[in-house]
Amino acid sequence: MNLTSLMAAGVGETLVFWICGGLAVVGALGMVLSPKAVHAALFVGMTMINLAVIYVSLEAPFLGMVQIIVYTGAVMMLFLFVMMVVGVDSSDSLIETIRGQRWMAVIFSLGLGALLIGLIGNGLAGSTPGSVAAADAVHGGNVEGLASLIFTRYFLAFEVTSALLITAALGAMILAHRDRHTARPTQESLSRERFRSGVHPGVLPASGSYARHNAVDTPALLPDATPEPLSVPSALRARHQAKAVPMADIDEVTTLATGGTVAQVDAAQSGDPHDPDRDTGGDL
Amino acid sequence: MNRMLGAIEPVTVIEPEGAFNIPVWLMIIKVVGIFVLLVVIVIFTIWFERRVVGRMQNRIGPNRTGPFGLLQTLMDGIKLALKEEIFPKAADKIVYIIAPVLSAVMAFAAWAVIPLGPEVSMFGYRTPLQLADFPVALLYVLAIASIGIYGVVLAGWSSGSTYPLLGGLRSSAQMISYELSMSLSFVAVFLLAGTMSTSGIVDAQQKLWFAVLLLPSFMVYATSMVAETNRAPFDLAEAESELTGGFHTEYSSLKFAMFFLGEYINMVTVSAVATTIFLGGWRAPWPISLWDSANTGWYPLIWFLIKVFLFIFVFIWLRGTLPRFRYDQFMHFGWKVLIPVSILWILIIACIGGLHADGVIANLDAWAVGAGVLLTVLLLTLAGHATKRRLRRGIRGHPIPQRFDPYSDGFPVPPLPGQIAGRSAAAGREEGDTHV
Repeated sequence: MNLTSLMAAGVGETLVFWICGGLAVVGALGMVLSPKAVHAALFVGMTMINLAVIYVSLEAPFLGMVQIIVYTGAVMMLFLFVMMVVGVDSSDSLIETIRGQRWMAVIFSLGLGALLIGLIGNGLAGSTPGSVAAADAVHGGNVEGLASLIFTRYFLAFEVTSALLITAALGAMILAHRDRHTARPTQESLSRERFRSGVHPGVLPASGSYARHNAVDTPALLPDATPEPLSVPSALRARHQAKAVPMADIDEVTTLATGGTVAQVDAAQSGDPHDPDRDTGGDL
Repeated sequence: MNRMLGAIEPVTVIEPEGAFNIPVWLMIIKVVGIFVLLVVIVIFTIWFERRVVGRMQNRIGPNRTGPFGLLQTLMDGIKLALKEEIFPKAADKIVYIIAPVLSAVMAFAAWAVIPLGPEVSMFGYRTPLQLADFPVALLYVLAIASIGIYGVVLAGWSSGSTYPLLGGLRSSAQMISYELSMSLSFVAVFLLAGTMSTSGIVDAQQKLWFAVLLLPSFMVYATSMVAETNRAPFDLAEAESELTGGFHTEYSSLKFAMFFLGEYINMVTVSAVATTIFLGGWRAPWPISLWDSANTGWYPLIWFLIKVFLFIFVFIWLRGTLPRFRYDQFMHFGWKVLIPVSILWILIIACIGGLHADGVIANLDAWAVGAGVLLTVLLLTLAGHATKRRLRRGIRGHPIPQRFDPYSDGFPVPPLPGQIAGRSAAAGREEGDTHV
């Protein structure tokens, strides 16, 4: 690499740090300050992604990707999932449950911040920071380096952590488990239940073969020329807004149903096809 | 990146990055090229899907706009963009807007690491047909996919309405579950290829495709990629008959178009990933690879696209053939079949690799292929036996008759499991049609 590209890399890295670092801080603040739980979860996701970008720019691509897959993809997604199941509109109440809780929180978090900055600053003060790239070069790559450390020097810690996580998962399963005292409902049993309950089991009848009007407030006719009330939406029925069926239609269906022909129907209707006096009056 | 490095020692670049040392303007050309390629592929795929599904359903499909109806999608897109933007009253406005953007952008982002071809010369530079490559490129694909799920989940949540919420919940559960089996199917590939970079994996398949070498992994991936893209028969997140449109019920106009675009790009992306890690990527398939210049220059882009469209055709074929899964059966399949099978297969392949490293096994490839075929045959036989046993047990104690009676009990009925609707069924259906 020549000098200019080195400079460019340095400038690029600084730029990435300030943009992503700033966004990460904004995300962290947003998490604390947003009253809606889902918004807070989103802000945490934003912080995680920005941290991941910084890791990648610091030559630790594996850590960066795993950060997104594990924290953003799995942990925060699980959070969102639970929030959606528990309550969509759940938001924090700002009432203190313990007196002085808020001030204590501020004091302790400032203390923790000071402690962290002091410790890390102290640790970094005397030494020049090494680079991940140099460490990677010893093992022939970022992934290889991590693998050789995890599976040699930190093998015990790695295995113990995995045992801890499996124990936690098992514990959660045991806590969430409950014994079933009745048989598990199957698709078949649910379907039987539905038919037994007496409500209309399927889709409500639409205007059928004998419907003569396509307005929603006009009922369909059954083959024996009786109007089918279920074909009118229940809201319209409750408001008595269902229309009556013209008598001419009923006559026509009756003629056809009793073996009459279309010609007979036409002959019968040659007078006034829609005589308003002959309509079936009243509500369904 | 090497600013702090001066004091230690000059390290040669570890990553296969040397070839990517190109000026910014060429990078931008590559980005625009991939963007245009994807949009064109999506426009073509939508037309292709409608025509193929049309053929499968004895229809013709769109054939009026442009030659063979090719411009139909373009017209539909323009119409979609000109429709009214609707904001539901209960929607969380900012999240409601972010969701489709997230979905579409993440779909594009995954293509940064897909190798479309070997080194070609572009405007005087030798550079691979790939935007970026780094040692954990496949993990990047997984990371991007997991951010993409947010688009769906947030759309479901922010719409402030019941169907989208249910659709969002379903798809998040679905995508998380199947992302597990998807990443597990990658593990065997990582073990044999010895790298997680996409170009490295393509190079590792010079002799033999991983689809042959790691048959169980390929089958697990092929199944979970359909689930991961919410496509039929796993399209439970947008099951029309149950959830209207699922997570995008409340969306209209451009925001809906973004979901649509994202969904189709995702389909192309998983096909491209499958091509890259299992079908040898841009490398020419066997008879063509005998030709010397098959794997040089711009030709590999053709092989790559042919392989990708092979997968897309299978996607469409599945949609035209299979009915939708029931939700609990779908979850059972993911957690109790695909994941255990993947873990078992990883154990087997790790053992074979270990024995090979110790010198016990001489021919790694032969053992891997043998074990893979054996495991696949074993599992398919077990599945077949389970189905047969269930059929023998019959429905509620009534054995299922071998012969299919299309008018059983005087009603037109579909064939029961295990029965085959033959000629008599077709005749019965036609007869039924004349009554209407």
